[in-house]
Amino acid sequence: MRVTFRANGRQVEADDVWEGESLLFMLRERLGLPGSKNACEQGECGSCTVYLDGATVCSCLVAAGQVQGREVRTVEGMADPDTGLDPVQQAFVDAGAVQCGFCTPGLLIQTHALLDRDPQPGDNDIREALSGNLCRCTGYEKIMDAVRLASARRCATPSEATP
Amino acid sequence: MEFLRPATWDEALAAKAADPSALPISGGTDVMVELNFDRHRPAALLDLNRIGELTTWERGTFEGQRGEVIRLGAAVPYSRITAELSDALPGLAIAGNTVGSPQIRNRGSVGGNLGGASPAGDAHPALLAAGRDVLVEAESVRGTRLIPIDEFYVGVKRNSLAADELIRAVRIPVADGPQTFSKIGTRNAMVIAVCAFGFALHPPTEHRALGTVGTGIGSAAPTPRRAPEAELFLTEELAERGLWHRGGLLGPAVIQRFGELAAAAASPIDDVRGSAAYRRHALAVMARRTLTWSWNDYTQSLRSAA
Repeated sequence: MRVTFRANGRQVEADDVWEGESLLFMLRERLGLPGSKNACEQGECGSCTVYLDGATVCSCLVAAGQVQGREVRTVEGMADPDTGLDPVQQAFVDAGAVQCGFCTPGLLIQTHALLDRDPQPGDNDIREALSGNLCRCTGYEKIMDAVRLASARRCATPSEATP
Repeated sequence: MEFLRPATWDEALAAKAADPSALPISGGTDVMVELNFDRHRPAALLDLNRIGELTTWERGTFEGQRGEVIRLGAAVPYSRITAELSDALPGLAIAGNTVGSPQIRNRGSVGGNLGGASPAGDAHPALLAAGRDVLVEAESVRGTRLIPIDEFYVGVKRNSLAADELIRAVRIPVADGPQTFSKIGTRNAMVIAVCAFGFALHPPTEHRALGTVGTGIGSAAPTPRRAPEAELFLTEELAERGLWHRGGLLGPAVIQRFGELAAAAASPIDDVRGSAAYRRHALAVMARRTLTWSWNDYTQSLRSAA
């Protein structure tokens, strides 16, 4: 079947989509958007996290056909072509929160959603928000630092907050 | 495989009638796992995401149910239940907040828990505890059937829906007293319950002279189930001692006995998540704790009202 939807603000179309296929597979294998990572395929690891109509979801657990006519935003859509990395991405780089990088796209999206909802989260809020994203390299401390850093920068320069 | 995309509820019912083997998919948090691992390949998927009314809820009075009721659309995600219904349905909101991760709670719904009818579904103990007049609205082209929650679960991952029926909504009485939920797992997130317990106090009102209590056991029997003897014991104890009216201490013997009866109502098995013996032990502990939490809240509410 054919699936038409918006990905990172652009109208896209995928053909010959298998009816039981996941949004994740369609993004990676049919639309050239391999940023969202495929690991557990059961919603345990969060490395495939994307925005679907503004809510973060595990794209491995959304059927491709379900996004017909809807809006998806992936890690590829975070950086701005003019201004560069999203502040959340920059904070992850600056805090050293990226090691092998596999879990990073999911963490970036989930952190972005957290800070949009709550620009100054406490540590417990951060842990709760990221509880569905597994990282096997960092021990999470650098990730916590990155989220705190992104939060601090955002609150220091509210006019430059991410859209 | 076919992918059916009904635009309206009537179209969905017609599609389910035409092909009863079509598997409904909403949040996908259970269905897609089965597909990704090729454990199950249905002839057709019936996507319910386009049907707006499934993600709405309303508060009102309904025939056959006393008092105010939340009619909860089958696909309202857990994140919204916690955000919007914590006051009206506290037990379900607490249970819902233990489902998976934030990403899963943005997609998973009570309709999905009921459709899957896993004994480990987090919503079930809260629904059972909320009362015997919790009703599942099952609809087909033949009409609407209201299934009492106690008749809904019939076996391991089996419910009492007919092949052509879809879950439209669940009607849950607005909480009339404290409700809570407790769940055992290896960590605080991404946990399928080792076992779980839902508890609710239903104090006496002008319409109902006898106060009652509600219980729900998860992951410790072939189906979610209540603990009827524990409910009866506590209901009688509270009435005989006049505790509903004055609150105060229940006493350790009552709490202990309640825990024993709750654990005795389960029929757990040994599996990868835990042993039967552990589950029984944990259920007794959770029953004692949830009773104590709820009763303390109730006593507090009497005092602040006085």
